[in-house]
Amino acid sequence: MSKKVSELSMLQAINETLHSEMARDERIVVLGEDVGRNGGVFRATEGLIEKFGENRVVDTPISEAAIAGSAVGLAMAGLVPVAEIQFLGFSYQAMHQIAGQIARLRYRTQSRFEPQITIRAPFGGGVRTPELHSDSLEAQFANIPGLKIVLPATASDAKGLLTSAIRDPDPVLFLEPLRGYRGIRDLVPDEEHSIPIGEAKLVKKGDDVVIISWSYQVELSKRVAESLEEDGISAAVLDLRSIVPLDIESLTQIVTHCGRAVVVQEAPETAGFASEIIATINDECFWSLEAPVVRVSGFDVPYPVGMLENLYVPDEERIRSAVLRVMEKD
Amino acid sequence: MPKPNDKQLQMILEDMVVARTQAGRLWNLQRQGQVGTIAPIDGHEAAIVGAVHALETESDWALPQYREPLGLRKYGPEILDAFMLYNLGHPAGGHIPEPIKVAPSQISLGASIPHAVGLAWGMSLKDESGVVLVFFGDGASSEGDFYEAGNLAGVLKAPVIFFCINNQWAISTPTHLQTAADTFASKAEAFGIPGVTVDGNDASSVYEAVSDARNRAISGKGPTLIEATVYRLGAHTTADDPTRYVPSDDLSAAQKKDPVHTLIQDLRDRNLWSDARQSEVETAALDRIDDAFEKAKSTPLSADSLMDHCFSSDTARQSRQRSFLMDSLGEANE
Repeated sequence: MSKKVSELSMLQAINETLHSEMARDERIVVLGEDVGRNGGVFRATEGLIEKFGENRVVDTPISEAAIAGSAVGLAMAGLVPVAEIQFLGFSYQAMHQIAGQIARLRYRTQSRFEPQITIRAPFGGGVRTPELHSDSLEAQFANIPGLKIVLPATASDAKGLLTSAIRDPDPVLFLEPLRGYRGIRDLVPDEEHSIPIGEAKLVKKGDDVVIISWSYQVELSKRVAESLEEDGISAAVLDLRSIVPLDIESLTQIVTHCGRAVVVQEAPETAGFASEIIATINDECFWSLEAPVVRVSGFDVPYPVGMLENLYVPDEERIRSAVLRVMEKD
Repeated sequence: MPKPNDKQLQMILEDMVVARTQAGRLWNLQRQGQVGTIAPIDGHEAAIVGAVHALETESDWALPQYREPLGLRKYGPEILDAFMLYNLGHPAGGHIPEPIKVAPSQISLGASIPHAVGLAWGMSLKDESGVVLVFFGDGASSEGDFYEAGNLAGVLKAPVIFFCINNQWAISTPTHLQTAADTFASKAEAFGIPGVTVDGNDASSVYEAVSDARNRAISGKGPTLIEATVYRLGAHTTADDPTRYVPSDDLSAAQKKDPVHTLIQDLRDRNLWSDARQSEVETAALDRIDDAFEKAKSTPLSADSLMDHCFSSDTARQSRQRSFLMDSLGEANE
């Protein structure tokens, strides 16, 4: 059985998914800043307002807290809000609604109210944005029980995971890498495509070391792993795809198999999600390790201005040297 | 202008007396260490009950802050039952059963205001008739949520009523330190919606203002901000000592306008209320809250409920934590 596929950018895959999900379920309401007439500042919501009308595709005032907060009310009314925060850095303005209200709604009402809410937000560096447009805040959200955090690394996964996110009865923070919007292209199924949330993907097999990552850093990790073949190093790459829920089983399996691991994140080093991965490895498979796990991270400074960005964001060279370091340690 | 008729006024007074009476019992239960922190309703009864009686409980939502639940009797006995569980710290206290259109108490000040806007907006998208009334205080009106949600509601013409109970105090902060605006209602101007001030000690005026706002909302004209002016006659909560900051002259002046006493006097003068009726209502109110308290205390609590309802189903990590919890309890019981 061969499925029809098309080569799409991650942005096209997201846009297509929003179109097909809105057509499938008339309860879905898209809301956010510039998502209607402008089709989103990246065009992720292009064409939705023309097809589904301004009742279902709503340009809101510049009010992140009201976007997140009104999504709670829309969900209470039995609708399915898909909200966009224009850049994840501005989610700070909505943090009390996301952390204090959306994430707790099911728990504090014992499921009387079900937060079937998706919040999409672009994030991540490498495109020389103004301040607060590139910050990787995923670990901050991972410390909030009640939120699922999904971070696709391919166009195909963006479609499959966004489909599942919108249909998920729990709130999902769906984080889209700025650099991947147009920079990532791959084959995406034309038909309906959903991927269960919480399943990591082994994007490259390997025996000596595994590079564990998520979002755009998976792309870099893959390139590094491929180049290491020439050095006689067989590196696996594990794409977590979601950090909450975390696929502990796949993580444990591949780390046990390889005995060496490198974790790559764009966020600052201290209390980043890489720390959580390493703690999990300690819990699950410490005795299978042949060397201490190494982190590749941003630095413990605010996300820098454009001219310093290349020094901050992990690149292939940093990932590569981390792998070599882990291979030397016996 | 829709005024409450005599029958409605009697029902409003009954609910006010019930709320005042039960608040007294709750205060004592807290002092005995039997329930957690309580925010007394004293002084707010006419504002809360008057507003709720202007709503249609079948179609309209009420989203409380945290001082209101005893005044929401019109929505059914389930409100008090849930509230007693809530006061005990039982997780079921957050679950107000379907189809009652009331949310559980909201501790984060003003945080329910954008929920109310979203809910009202969602109802109009679904062509459901009805409005959402959200309660908050003078202090909460300084939160960003109030401004963001008020602005959004104005743009969307959402059928929502912003019901601000100005009780003159945000814990110890008086209104002149909360805002330089003449009234809280005047903040409506920036949202492009009507803002009205009513005497929150007069249930009849409150009823009228909410009825007008409701009619406006139902007919698609959008939201209204109502400021109901009252005076907090008790402490902010059981954890507060208002003698540190409330001038005693102000308090005794306010006590002369006590909303419950005022309405009792008014209805008694018109032979619509009697001492016998009063003591009958008070006795029933005490019996009712005592029953609710006993029922709450005997509601089973499982250790599982610590983990339940975070997500629709446990993550792998949560199910391990659940097993760990259960195993450790099992060991403790051995």
